[in-house]
Amino acid sequence: MIEVTNVSKWYQQFQVLDDCSLTIRKGEVIVICGPSGSGKSTLIKCMNGLEPFQKGEIKVDGVSVGAKGTNLPRLRSRIGMVFQNFELFPHMTVRRNIALPQVKILGRTRDEADARAVKLLERMGLPAQADKFPAQLSGGQQQRVAIARALAMDPVAMLFDEPTSALDPEMINEVLDVMVALAQDGMTMAVVTHEMGFARRVADRVVFMDQGMIVEDATKEAFFGTPRSERAQLFLSKILQH
Amino acid sequence: MGFDWNVIVNNRGLLFQGLMVSFQLTLVAIVGGMALGTVLAMCRLSRFRVLAVAAGFYVNFLRSLPLILVIFWFYILTPQIVGHPIDAYSSVLIAFTLFEAAYYCEIIRAGIASVKAGQVNAGLALGFGRWHVMRYVVLPQAFRNMLPVLLTQAIIMFQDTSIVYVVGVRDFLTTADVVANSNNRPVELYSVVAVTFLVICFTASRLVGRLQRKYAL
Ligand SMILES: Nc1ncnc2c1ncn2[C@@H]1O[C@H](COP(=O)(O)OP(=O)(O)O)[C@@H](O)[C@H]1O
Ligand SMILES: [Mg+2]
Repeated sequence: MIEVTNVSKWYQQFQVLDDCSLTIRKGEVIVICGPSGSGKSTLIKCMNGLEPFQKGEIKVDGVSVGAKGTNLPRLRSRIGMVFQNFELFPHMTVRRNIALPQVKILGRTRDEADARAVKLLERMGLPAQADKFPAQLSGGQQQRVAIARALAMDPVAMLFDEPTSALDPEMINEVLDVMVALAQDGMTMAVVTHEMGFARRVADRVVFMDQGMIVEDATKEAFFGTPRSERAQLFLSKILQH
Repeated sequence: MGFDWNVIVNNRGLLFQGLMVSFQLTLVAIVGGMALGTVLAMCRLSRFRVLAVAAGFYVNFLRSLPLILVIFWFYILTPQIVGHPIDAYSSVLIAFTLFEAAYYCEIIRAGIASVKAGQVNAGLALGFGRWHVMRYVVLPQAFRNMLPVLLTQAIIMFQDTSIVYVVGVRDFLTTADVVANSNNRPVELYSVVAVTFLVICFTASRLVGRLQRKYAL
């Protein structure tokens, strides 16, 4: 579904991604972890073309992200993305946040889009919030709306960039539960997160990044058993302490 | 020397007409200036260097000229360029719009910059094209953020409209001046002009303050 092949990226002199390769098959859930600044966000932003890269190739569902003729908006509409800071549109109601992209990008009618929004909100455990504005919701609720907004586009894969790290601890689980359900429904997912509980429950593979490199790409059993690299061991022992 | 306020009452129709001309001028300059200013701002932020440089030149050029000069320039030079006389009112409408657009451009540019990059990324990630991100995500938030500054600019502009006196357009001040001269009652008329400006601008700035508190993000 998503094939990253020997991708490198530089900001001027500074190399952010160093020869990264990664394959995510249909229905697979992979968790990407690693210290702050190791290039996790950059890597998943490359997957939907939000960040350009200078070397290598990324293919999503057979379409090359970096190629000149690629219709990027069309490609992006097929990949859902969820951000650390939710990024709901603050000037629109929850319903419109979810409906507008369906209408403008997929050409659905307003009624279709609204009906889809209501259904997804129910699935996210948020009935009766459709007419509120994002600022009236808690962080956990906003993040679930953001997931609903992405799902409304019927994506073939979902990318998550630290979806719970801006949340108060008591709200983390309500978001993770939704993501677990999504994974169990067979969604293809790439999730940047330090929630190792989530990784244990649904990840097929865990990828560990450090200094722009993919240091470890292992099944979760192998990763949590004994990571091969010292850096991953150190990282794991640090984050599992709390 | 006594005051004779009858001169105001007797000429209230004329004065009211003059005030309406001032309002009209303000309104046209706001709408025209903001529309052109938005286009200029998008040009300045455009990836096409030619557009960005041209718009930047326009803005910096007009912002370095005094308003009165722009008004004179349009009044005196435009007829020579187009080959036939144009009325003073049209010339100030054009001059004001083009002048204000330069200021609005900079306000709008700051407003666009105030919208966080994450919002743009969210729009792009959903599959919106750059223009749609601008239209549905960035501009609505930008305008909300800059509402107080835009309204303050409108109040300043309302005061500035009195400058059309120099080309004889019958706005509020010019009308008052005409009435003052023909009745020899300058004190009464200039007092009325001052009080009217004070009341309108003071009320308007209070409203802006209230809006600012209401829409503060
Ligand atoms: N626009 C940019 N310009 C220059 N350097 C950047 C930019 N964005 C990110 N970086 C750098 O790239 C590195 C990787 O960033 P990021 O992908 O956000 O890491 P992570 O998500 O793993 O914390 C960091 O060192 C960061 O400082
Ligand atoms: Mg990050």
